[in-house]
Amino acid sequence: MIPMRLDRQPGEVIDRSSPLTFDWDGRTVPAYAGDTIASALAAQGVRVLSRSFKYHRPRGLLTANFLDPGCVVQVGDEPNVRGGHRLVTQGMQVSSQNTWPSLRFDVKAVNQLAGRFLTAGFYYKTFIKPQRLWPTYERILQRFVHAGRIGDDTAHEGYDKRYAHPDVLVAGGGPAGMAAAISAANDGARVLLVEEEHQLGGHLRWGTRADLELLAELRDRVEQLDAIEVLTDAFVLGRYDDNWTAVVQRTLPGATERLVKARAKSLVVAPGLVERPYVFQGNDLPGVMLSTAVRRLVNLYAVKPGDRAVVLTANADGDAAVDDLRRVGVDVVHVEDARRGGDVLRVTGRGGVRTVDLAQGGRVSCDLLVTATGWTAPTSLLNMAGDQPRYDPRAARFVPNVDALPDDVFATGGVCGDGTTDQLIDHASAVGSAAARQARSFALAFASVPTRPDDARTPPQPGKPVEIPALEPASHREMFLGQTHGVVDFSEDVTTKDILQAVHEGYDSVELAKRYTTATMGPMQGKLELMNTIAAHARATGRSIAETGTTTWRPPYAPVSLGALAGRSFEPVRYSAMQEWHETQGGVPIVAGAWIRPEHYGDPQAEARNVRRAVGVIDVTPIGKLDLRGPDVPKLLELLYVNKWSKLGVGRVRYGVMCADDGIVLDDGVTGRLGPEHYLMSTTSSGAATVWEWVENWLQTEHPDWQVHVTPVTTAYASMNVAGPRSRELLSRLVDDVDLSTEAFGYMHVRTGTIAGVPDCVLWRIGFTGELSYELHVPASYGLHVWEQLFAHGGDLGITPFGLEAQRILRLEKGHFIVGQDTDGLTKAYSAGLDWAVKLDKPDFAGMPELHWQADDGGYPKLVAVQPVNPSIVPEEASQIVDGDTIVGRITSSRMSPTLRRAICLAQVDASLAEPGTTLTVVLPSGHRIAARVHEHHAHVDPEGARQRV
Amino acid sequence: MMLVPCPWCGPRNVAEFRYVGESSARPDPATTSASDWRTYLYTRRNPCDWIKETWYHRMGCRQYFGLERHTMTNRTRPAESSR
Repeated sequence: MIPMRLDRQPGEVIDRSSPLTFDWDGRTVPAYAGDTIASALAAQGVRVLSRSFKYHRPRGLLTANFLDPGCVVQVGDEPNVRGGHRLVTQGMQVSSQNTWPSLRFDVKAVNQLAGRFLTAGFYYKTFIKPQRLWPTYERILQRFVHAGRIGDDTAHEGYDKRYAHPDVLVAGGGPAGMAAAISAANDGARVLLVEEEHQLGGHLRWGTRADLELLAELRDRVEQLDAIEVLTDAFVLGRYDDNWTAVVQRTLPGATERLVKARAKSLVVAPGLVERPYVFQGNDLPGVMLSTAVRRLVNLYAVKPGDRAVVLTANADGDAAVDDLRRVGVDVVHVEDARRGGDVLRVTGRGGVRTVDLAQGGRVSCDLLVTATGWTAPTSLLNMAGDQPRYDPRAARFVPNVDALPDDVFATGGVCGDGTTDQLIDHASAVGSAAARQARSFALAFASVPTRPDDARTPPQPGKPVEIPALEPASHREMFLGQTHGVVDFSEDVTTKDILQAVHEGYDSVELAKRYTTATMGPMQGKLELMNTIAAHARATGRSIAETGTTTWRPPYAPVSLGALAGRSFEPVRYSAMQEWHETQGGVPIVAGAWIRPEHYGDPQAEARNVRRAVGVIDVTPIGKLDLRGPDVPKLLELLYVNKWSKLGVGRVRYGVMCADDGIVLDDGVTGRLGPEHYLMSTTSSGAATVWEWVENWLQTEHPDWQVHVTPVTTAYASMNVAGPRSRELLSRLVDDVDLSTEAFGYMHVRTGTIAGVPDCVLWRIGFTGELSYELHVPASYGLHVWEQLFAHGGDLGITPFGLEAQRILRLEKGHFIVGQDTDGLTKAYSAGLDWAVKLDKPDFAGMPELHWQADDGGYPKLVAVQPVNPSIVPEEASQIVDGDTIVGRITSSRMSPTLRRAICLAQVDASLAEPGTTLTVVLPSGHRIAARVHEHHAHVDPEGARQRV
Repeated sequence: MMLVPCPWCGPRNVAEFRYVGESSARPDPATTSASDWRTYLYTRRNPCDWIKETWYHRMGCRQYFGLERHTMTNRTRPAESSR
């Protein structure tokens, strides 16, 4: 037996053939599928569902939907669940929040007595001084925090993301939203219809028999139109530029929530109206309900809201609530008609309504007070599109200024105005057609872009403009505040007294008073409490509501979980074709930009030694590679690099440095000439994408007349560097068609040939490591084959793989700088020690004027090689170099050299300290200072380059 | 997220593009003064009005193009010689 459950109601949404039970604060509660947590508890006669935020006052049902501030509950380990919206499931564990030790006996309710200490702005005033006590205050305040619990080991279920491109997105699935969607779909538009509730229908669901018949008809038509996709239990979070809209969809199989990012050609906003509470003493007691809450409970959930009711009605919906209550056997002991001057003074009771004092005298005892005092237009999405609502005193609400909306945003239904159901549907149908027409205009405007396929269908003409009938707000009595003080913001426990006090303290702007009192800043975000907040502020300042104005609605429209926003992670990573080999051979991965590559295979020092002694091979696939073709490539190279390129012969390779137009080092690498009009450019791994865009920028915007074709081939090739004194011997076992002798294929030359049976490979004789070495670019799908062949043929030569770390050691021994490591965002070419490369006599190159001025001015910091006097101390990278207390430089790279068995570094130092032999003071992270000396060359090992020229 | 009307591909999400910035002409490097060159590098008008900008469709046609955009409303229109 469920005490307050009624017999079957014509529009009920519960499934009586599916009974279930759930747990409420340790009790087992029966319910039906389709019940919300709130409706199931109301059916059970539970009246107190939560305790308020600040004063811990008992709270019950107020709106019986998503916006209900009185039934925010904990479900399992999910906090802050809207009990007026969330459907119950079998075995669901529901508990009250913000109560201690129990919902019925709440110790913190003494806050009610201490209420005058917790008034407006108490956060800002009470716990500020003395500051040293703040940690104590914080610990105590945390026990009073209004929120649920979240477990550290909460299982993170899937969150999902989706992109949608509807012609028309309709926000709101009431009669107007449905009619707009049907009309737009009939006009050929693809429609996404988003409804916050679990069913379409809006207020038709709790209406008359005729309403229910119309609802069934509209639902049928929506279902029959394939062009309409319906998302229920979903809401539009926000509208951004050009109708970029975020929709959150709940209750999905396999995902907790899904974020739908929709680009709508037209947006139709049809959220209806939100009934607002009335302000009087005791207006937050359990048993004070809005007329729509009563009608939802009775008609959707077949729940009797109380036994003895008083109804304060100012409109037809209040009258309909009276009819509903009488029909289901509630004793309506008194109806107070506000249209004839009726009003309610206060409600009293402990834990629920016991008596109502009427304004004209008299006290009525009852357990239910229903108020129907007017509406708020939730213009939120329209505000996000630029609308500034204006106050209509005749209708007692702010209304949108639909004429000022962008062409692709429309409004229909209650948010615009009132009327009969037929009038609403006529308006919405016209708006739906207009939205479809706008979507066609949009499509047509972009039908002629050059990349469109020749056989693409031409979109239909938009057609004639659609005449939209008027939909004016009906007149309604201005009823916001009664004659006694009461709660304005139920979520934040803000009363009319708080707002009055804020105004007395000088908060004479409603925007500021809102922030000071936190009215409208709680979970309901003003949907319930905004109008009353404005009215209270207007009364306190003596201004009209129109003069007071409204606060600004911003996204999100409703609270959204961080999980939904984060969604699934879409972070692609890149692997070379040799990744499988690295994994099986103990390669330790490191993230390098978008790439995952081996840092080392166990012992980087040994790997480096083996390169100097025998032969090693490293996977350098991430190196950026651009294929350049055309007669004007030499001109391009002269422009991009600081050094000279015009005389590069076929088969030759040159190292080059690029600076941006501000003279800062941008990238470096080698470029080789493969044929008369065919070049291959390599860039740093991290600079590959930047350089490509930069090259395109020069070609497209500065020199569109140059004939150069750029193709990025970074991932088309698998790249590997075979380095060490025995590298030639190894390669000669795999290459037949290229003469590898020193005479035929010298240092800084490039050849194309066949490696291990794979044709069309590029071989460069270059060396970052300073050894005899060959960089091989192999068609990517043969990368693993060639790599394995190197090992199959190199066993007797002592081949080992080496990783990024060994390469960093080897290049530091040779003094090669790394852009971004040894240079930074202020390092111009001369500071990088590139005096030998910069050719200021060229007619133009990127950054040339700045480098001219740098050379003329002198005095710039310089990159130098540095060796600590104590060879066993490796100062950490970024260690400061000081002169007394002044910072005069920093270590940019440092390693223990396996070749020299001593610490070696590169450093940026002030000009005065750059001379070889200068003694520097380096500060270690421990604070100790060590001496280090500026080395003669950048290279610590083999400065003449003898090892690489053999 | 606004739509950027690429003259080659049509309107696309701004996330597909790199914003190069307010268009500024590169002075002749042979004759420029430090003041002119640094104006080209760093100084932008940034008005609350229509401005001419350069955009790069990095996740689409890979074309640089000019566009006029109103900095207050984000409305856009093709720049003269937008291709």
